[in-house]
Amino acid sequence: MSAPLEAPTSAATARHLGVRLAGRSIVRDVTLDMPQGAWVCIVGPNGAGKTTLLHAIAGLIPFEGEVELRGRPLRSYGRRERARNVALVPQQPVMPDGITVGEYVRLGRTPHLGVLGAELREDVLAVEAEIGRMDLRSAVDRRLDSLSGGEFQRVVIARALVQEAPLLLLDEPTTGLDLGHQVGMLELVEELRRTKGITVLSTMHDLTLAGRFADRFVLLSQGRVVSAGPRSDVLDAAVIAEHFGASVRVLGDGEVGWAVVPVSGGEA
Amino acid sequence: MTRRTRAVVLGVVVLIVAFIAGLLVGPVPIAPADALGWLFPFGERPPGLSEQQATILTDLRLPRVIVAGLVGAALSASGAGYQAVFRNPLADPYLLGAAAGAGLGATLAVVFGPSSAFAFAVPLAAFVGALAGVGLAYGLGRSGLGGRSTTSLILGGVAVASFLTAIQTLIQQQRSDTLRQVYSWILGRLGTTGWDDARIALPSVVIAVTILWLVRRLLDVIEVGELEAESLGLHVGRLRIVVVVAASLATAAAVSVAGLIAFVGIIVPHTVRLLAGSSYRQVLPLSVLFGASFLILVDLVARTAMAPAEIPIGVLTAFLGAPFFVFALRRSGGRAA
Repeated sequence: MSAPLEAPTSAATARHLGVRLAGRSIVRDVTLDMPQGAWVCIVGPNGAGKTTLLHAIAGLIPFEGEVELRGRPLRSYGRRERARNVALVPQQPVMPDGITVGEYVRLGRTPHLGVLGAELREDVLAVEAEIGRMDLRSAVDRRLDSLSGGEFQRVVIARALVQEAPLLLLDEPTTGLDLGHQVGMLELVEELRRTKGITVLSTMHDLTLAGRFADRFVLLSQGRVVSAGPRSDVLDAAVIAEHFGASVRVLGDGEVGWAVVPVSGGEA
Repeated sequence: MTRRTRAVVLGVVVLIVAFIAGLLVGPVPIAPADALGWLFPFGERPPGLSEQQATILTDLRLPRVIVAGLVGAALSASGAGYQAVFRNPLADPYLLGAAAGAGLGATLAVVFGPSSAFAFAVPLAAFVGALAGVGLAYGLGRSGLGGRSTTSLILGGVAVASFLTAIQTLIQQQRSDTLRQVYSWILGRLGTTGWDDARIALPSVVIAVTILWLVRRLLDVIEVGELEAESLGLHVGRLRIVVVVAASLATAAAVSVAGLIAFVGIIVPHTVRLLAGSSYRQVLPLSVLFGASFLILVDLVARTAMAPAEIPIGVLTAFLGAPFFVFALRRSGGRAA
């Protein structure tokens, strides 16, 4: 991709990022740029280090190299300040017992509150606004364990949104959702990106959905970036075959729209 | 009124009722009007109240009810605190080894400490012992028994409690000169409670419960797990230390004045959760209120059910608590915490 004339400011960048967990190198020398307002999608086979990379960029695990948020090293951020700038929606969020939707969404305000977690009026309003926008008003007093998978996922997104962080990290946001809810979830993220101007970094397994929504791609394999750039470069049949060990065809924007489909018997 | 306000009002009403019942009920009957006229405001003794009744009221029943309330509040609040920071519905001062540690610490103070500093040394040694007990149980549950699941922490606590109790028994046996003193203290009783006990327990319980109450909102954040709580900007390790220290202080104060009274820390917080939901904003203050009422009422039963004999209060809480523990275990579904 050619560099645009006026370089967009970066919401975040990672340079030579490496993570070792229990003596094993999980992420190696990853350099990537998240331009303001972009949707960057990390794809890659199982065990490629996608989740670990997200956790490092969220500042939750120790890493080598450098991560910058809005031009400032992540390491220079305090815990709460960091949480006001990066929100994470984990792949399998913990569902606390016996807590209501309202109480759960409110937890997202934690980094904005005083040390003892007392809320001001603006915090209450922020929570109410997000609950309204996410169509959760009627569910506010329902217990989390009474929600369906799709409803819970929306509640978790609402919790992340009340953090009011300009960078949103989504780890497999469509896991466990049916096709309709998968598309609904991604359309919601797309809308948030447009209306709020937030930058999204997500991991995704479904390459077709990823290709239709995100605008930049990073292919991670064995902890390294093996390809990065627009859809046409990264989600290429040959690249996918090499790193996923799967034969696919990539359909262009024809009758069914852009799609990655598996083919049988290596005829790709 | 919201559900939360209703629960708090109910808690206050129950506490007042328990407090008054604790003063009036006993082998020596006292008329409510006389007792209340004597205590509020503490003025002229009403003609209907004999001098003996007045003494029973101010020197026996009043301190006993106050200490029972303090111990119940302390054990319930510390149970709720431990349950939050260990994300474990079965955490309790007794199952975590905190109480056994406090017991050992207090025994060491009684046996080896200078008798002049007894009143001061026992609670302090109990506090250090409680912290050591929880620390050992947590370390063992985390590293030695594979993973930090509900059961491994509790198994760690049970192992630590047995070990510390064994040391304590050994010390008792070795030093038979103080055996009686230690034994009467361990039995878990409020029968000999006086104003001294109230004075020992009050400061620690008030400080510890205030700390736990102040951090109640943060305890909800921990419920989403360590990783997510950190991503919300919470310093989980620091909060855990603050809560464990405060809960151990409360446990030590309770054990120092009342000996070993198990299961209160499980029964009360779980009942409160059924009543008002699981947010610690409600669970913590309500555990304090209902914990105080609960132990005042259990003590009332302990001293009247088989009067003139007294049932040790620890025996009664175990009768109630053991079935309750099974209920809590089933409800948690053995969920890995």
